[in-house]
Amino acid sequence: MTKDDLLKDMAQAIVEGDRQAAEALAKEALARNLDLHEVVEKGYIPGIQKVGDLWERGDYFLPELITSAECMKAAMAVLRPALERARIADVSLGKVVIGTIEGDIHDIGKNLVASMLSANGFEVSDLGADVKLERFIQSALDMKADFICLSALLTTTMLGQRRFMELLKERGLRSQFKVLVGGAPVNQKWADSIGADGYAENAPAAVKLAKSLRGKR
Amino acid sequence: MIPTTRPKVELLDQTFIAKILEEAFVILERQGVFVENVEARSLFKKAGMAVDESQQRVTLTRKLVEEALAATPSSIKLYDRSGQKEFLVGGDEVHFNPGSAAVKIFDHQARQERKADTSDLVAFYRLTESLGHLHFQSTGLISADVPEIIADSYRLFLGLQFCTKPVVTGTFRVEGFRPMFEMLAAVRGGTEELRSKPLAIFDACPSPPLKWSHLTSQSLIDCARAGIPSELISMGMTGATSPVTIAGTLVQHVVENLSGLVICQLARAGAPVIFGGSPSSFDMRKGTTPMGAVETMMLDMAYAQIGKHLCLPTHAYMGLSDSKINDSQAGLESGIGAVLAALAGVNVVSGAGMMNFESSQSLEKLVIDDEICGMAYRLISGISQRDEPLALPLFENIRPETQFLTMPHTRKWYRLEHTFPLLADRDPYDAWASLGKKTMADRAFDEVQRILAQNAPRLVEEKLRTELRKIMAADAKQNGAEKLPEIPMT
Repeated sequence: MTKDDLLKDMAQAIVEGDRQAAEALAKEALARNLDLHEVVEKGYIPGIQKVGDLWERGDYFLPELITSAECMKAAMAVLRPALERARIADVSLGKVVIGTIEGDIHDIGKNLVASMLSANGFEVSDLGADVKLERFIQSALDMKADFICLSALLTTTMLGQRRFMELLKERGLRSQFKVLVGGAPVNQKWADSIGADGYAENAPAAVKLAKSLRGKR
Repeated sequence: MIPTTRPKVELLDQTFIAKILEEAFVILERQGVFVENVEARSLFKKAGMAVDESQQRVTLTRKLVEEALAATPSSIKLYDRSGQKEFLVGGDEVHFNPGSAAVKIFDHQARQERKADTSDLVAFYRLTESLGHLHFQSTGLISADVPEIIADSYRLFLGLQFCTKPVVTGTFRVEGFRPMFEMLAAVRGGTEELRSKPLAIFDACPSPPLKWSHLTSQSLIDCARAGIPSELISMGMTGATSPVTIAGTLVQHVVENLSGLVICQLARAGAPVIFGGSPSSFDMRKGTTPMGAVETMMLDMAYAQIGKHLCLPTHAYMGLSDSKINDSQAGLESGIGAVLAALAGVNVVSGAGMMNFESSQSLEKLVIDDEICGMAYRLISGISQRDEPLALPLFENIRPETQFLTMPHTRKWYRLEHTFPLLADRDPYDAWASLGKKTMADRAFDEVQRILAQNAPRLVEEKLRTELRKIMAADAKQNGAEKLPEIPMT
């Protein structure tokens, strides 16, 4: 198989959500000692971008979207040790801390966003659901995060997003992180009113938003 | 005379039901369920079940589940505040009640949602009281003017004062049970009186898949011991928190409900339990849980049928909509849901007034839905043979100019055979136009205003009011709220 065919197959494996193929192709790339930067940029990334396009066109629904994202994560896990050895740090688009705010156990939407961000090249630390505001800050400081993403499905926990913004300001940390908010009761107006950096309606939109705020790609 | 047929719809045949139950029993026995509550796990242990403490996982033998089923009453009698009016929850009886519990109210004039406060809850309860097709009330709104921690008891506190109907409610915290139980007992005049004449149903929702949280298990145990019926609200979301197929989600639904039912019976044999739920078709595009989806209704009808097969009282969230406003979608989803629930013979049907994925209540929609419920009741009352013969005498002297309007037969039967809508428009065009070209929602708004202006709230007597206030104030104080909002009196 030529390298171009291999890259095409990688993209195809992601589009089809074929986890076994995505992992096997990553292993083959390692065995053939290919340029891993090229493998990621020209093989896998175009695949996940195609998935985003198919979602926007309305051809793909959540099961395809999430399966492809998981597939992407699996392939990256195979490549990660070698990428790190080769010091290809550039692959990460940024570091993200994400979680559902304290008092809220709903995490389907948050999981989708975490998955899609990760699949699109962000380094994601998912704190899960029912996360204390303090923990968001500590984790973000620990991992030197670029983004903090706050999810809330309940109107009561939505208020936690406002408290979080106040807490960041009190600590003098507001300028260190970009804060993105989401969740069923949240909208752009709310994001503006609490002074968040952005709001996205769904997972693919969150990826676009994070990328645009990052000024990359 | 030919007996009247009660119209009925069933979606599953007997072999399908047997298969769903069989798989549910296998899962109960092999994988079991997760039970967070220590006391509930110890009940299982005492019953000889295998309990994995590290995973908080309990497996249930078929024998235990079958014994629990045999111990559960097949019907429940609920009583209104006076204790005089009796409602049978069982058989094919249908009792509509408002959907619960909304965090917002839809403001018809402002055309947007907002938080509800004490005066909204009072209006909501007073309307429920006056709407004849809603047999039960529900604590269907959260009042934002009291601290969130006492939201559960506060809504019952108001409901018991402004509505005399049996109430569908539930706890938001373990500690919420005590004050709520005390209020109910106060209304009934004692805990034993409450046990013999239940006034309330408590909802308890397992967390899909297969988990009974600390709070919900405790509610089951507390209710079983107090003789309060527990309504099991299993709520898988197809393809997200439960299998994507309707049949697969039904299997999970049965596992969750049966394990909850066993907890109730282990806490006290013979405890009243309602086989209920609020599952939904999960929207794979929006990631939302549409209650107005036809697949959601199919799930509801099917598990209700399984509940009936198990000789249990049943409940479903039907007759509600995901629309954000009182538009065609609100009417069609609520209408189809209420009619199907009635045809399926679901005993407790929660949904009236509700919009926006169970998150919003609308007073106008409540009034519209009451009318829908009236149509559903008429439908299931069926077609009766009123006379013998049916029509032969009416045609004996038939002539071309014969009309039926003035026949005694017409006058005798028209009110029984036909119902009259309050809100649906049946005017000729010009009459409708001259009345301001109003939509049904506009007419509903007028009706809400009319009811709230006319009917003085039926307050409970002073002694009971003082007692309820004392219980509520103590609960509030314990949770750091010194002062409760003023209750509006008209």
